Amino acid sequence: MGIHKSTDGGRIRHGKPWWKRWSRDDTELFVLSLPTLLWFLIFTYLPMFGIIIAFKNYRLQPGGHGFIYNLLHSEWAGFGNFKYFFTSNSFTMLLRNTILYNIAFIIISASVAVGGALMLSSMRNKRGSKVYQTMMFLPYFMSWVVVSYFVYALLTPERGYINGIITALGGERIMWYQENKYWPFIIVFLNTWKGMGYGMVIYLASITGIDPSLYEAAVMDGATKAQQARHITLPAIKPVFVMMLILDCGKIFNSDFGLFFQVTGQLPASLYTTASTFDTYIYMAIQSTAPIGQTAAASFFQAICSCGTILLANWVVSKIDNENRII
Amino acid sequence: MAKQDKSGQSLNQIKTSTNIVFNIVFLILAIMCVIPLLFVFSISITDEEAIRQNGYQLIPQALSGAAYEFLWNERLTILRAAFMSVLVTVVGTVISIALNTSMGYVVSRRNFKLKKLYTWLIFIPMVFNGGMLASYVVVSNILGLNNSIWALILPLACSAFSVTICRTFFRTTVPDSIIESAKIDGAGQFRIWSQIVLPISKPVMATIGMFAAFGYWNDWFQASLYIQDTKLQTLQSLLNQMQKNIEYIANNPYGGLSMQEYKLSMPTESVRMAIAIVIIVPIACTYPFFQKYFISGLTIGSVKE
Repeated sequence: MGIHKSTDGGRIRHGKPWWKRWSRDDTELFVLSLPTLLWFLIFTYLPMFGIIIAFKNYRLQPGGHGFIYNLLHSEWAGFGNFKYFFTSNSFTMLLRNTILYNIAFIIISASVAVGGALMLSSMRNKRGSKVYQTMMFLPYFMSWVVVSYFVYALLTPERGYINGIITALGGERIMWYQENKYWPFIIVFLNTWKGMGYGMVIYLASITGIDPSLYEAAVMDGATKAQQARHITLPAIKPVFVMMLILDCGKIFNSDFGLFFQVTGQLPASLYTTASTFDTYIYMAIQSTAPIGQTAAASFFQAICSCGTILLANWVVSKIDNENRII
Repeated sequence: MAKQDKSGQSLNQIKTSTNIVFNIVFLILAIMCVIPLLFVFSISITDEEAIRQNGYQLIPQALSGAAYEFLWNERLTILRAAFMSVLVTVVGTVISIALNTSMGYVVSRRNFKLKKLYTWLIFIPMVFNGGMLASYVVVSNILGLNNSIWALILPLACSAFSVTICRTFFRTTVPDSIIESAKIDGAGQFRIWSQIVLPISKPVMATIGMFAAFGYWNDWFQASLYIQDTKLQTLQSLLNQMQKNIEYIANNPYGGLSMQEYKLSMPTESVRMAIAIVIIVPIACTYPFFQKYFISGLTIGSVKE
């Protein structure tokens, strides 16, 4: 602690710029952080310069040069790539799907998680509650590829379990992978199913952290269980709730690619308008021969919007309740 | 504690009927989460002919180990993919722990001169990223990692979220006095990090390690973007590939059978489900033990400074 004080005191007394106060300690810490620093620069900051791609008409230049050379020597496209993306018939569909699915996900997942956590915390058999939590956590650890096999086992038209039940009851087989009216529900259901254990456990962790004397005092004053939940538990989990909400709002233009692409069975044409999101659009464009500039424009638009929504959500929260903002 | 529970329980308990309703609700939810495993497993042990005639059955009418026998016969493909999965998971997890804890330690030092800069450097990617395409271009065109195991490992090796978890942990649980006294004894920061801080930070290493390990084991997305070479396929990408092309293994016969014979002898449906089982079982067997580290990580991560 003594060392802390002397450096801090030094700053105040002499007002030296930071590089003059640079110590051996700082050098060592810098070297220690260097690998991670490089990782951040390469894998998070370098892609930010990918913005340029969206403003270029990327062409291979003669002479077999590398990507950056080709990019820099391609002609500027201005906002041409963006114009192309915004006016394409996919754009409104993608925007609608991505946002509506996310809104549904946020509302349903949050209510299931909070409701489930309240119920779990008030259960009398603590052992049973632990077992349920563990079982409900399982889907969280499954990849979407594996989940797509579960879904396939249930829905494949010829042999699937669900059509098996329908025909056994005398109904008609449903061609699940060709009928897009069912998929909004299937997608929302799967998203809830996969994340519910995780969500409940997070809220449960903050509920178990609440001081039990608060409840005892409430009981003394004759509060019912519902009143306790309303006035003690819910206010206590509010910070976590708000944080999750802000983070979710930041993801409102993103989508879980595996859910929309794998689970639908590589997004067949029949489900294209129902289950396409920005991510599936960009992925399919990467895999196809679409001009890279147009794909970059879509990708950049998504990144800007995500950034905007997370800052907006944080701003709104800071206006309502400055305590709970995260930035 | 026991006394408190007792008095709390008698005074403040939900009604027995409510408790029963809650139990039923969670029993249904819990079964919904686990039963797909049973579906997949029972398909994998059903006789292919029975599947063809009756569709999938929860309780197979005709049992068959043909799918697992087939996997055994194709063990070169399966084992190679399993080996790649394990290799990527192990190497990736080690690298991930090293990168996240070292950075977490550095930004947890209060008098590090670049602390402010670093905090921003780590924060900005949480809010803004270059997007999927730009990351793809960096990994495949600029770094040239196509068809390399590093394309599976490096992009997932670090995250602002994990660094933040480490920082919060080091700040709250590693006493400054230990570090100061090590410094007085002449230890450099690298030694302090590796020989003093890490050994007393096993919980956070377990948390970060688990996040990384499950992330790597479950990853198929990186592989689908960057890996075309079938020798480098992991189990997940094999499964993914098979969904794209059910006859994948039939296209890679290493025995003396012709394509036609292979197709005839291959119990495709059950084999695919059997491979899914091969992926699921290690996770299903281990996650209950690591669950608590996940939870602690998530709760540490949500602590603000």
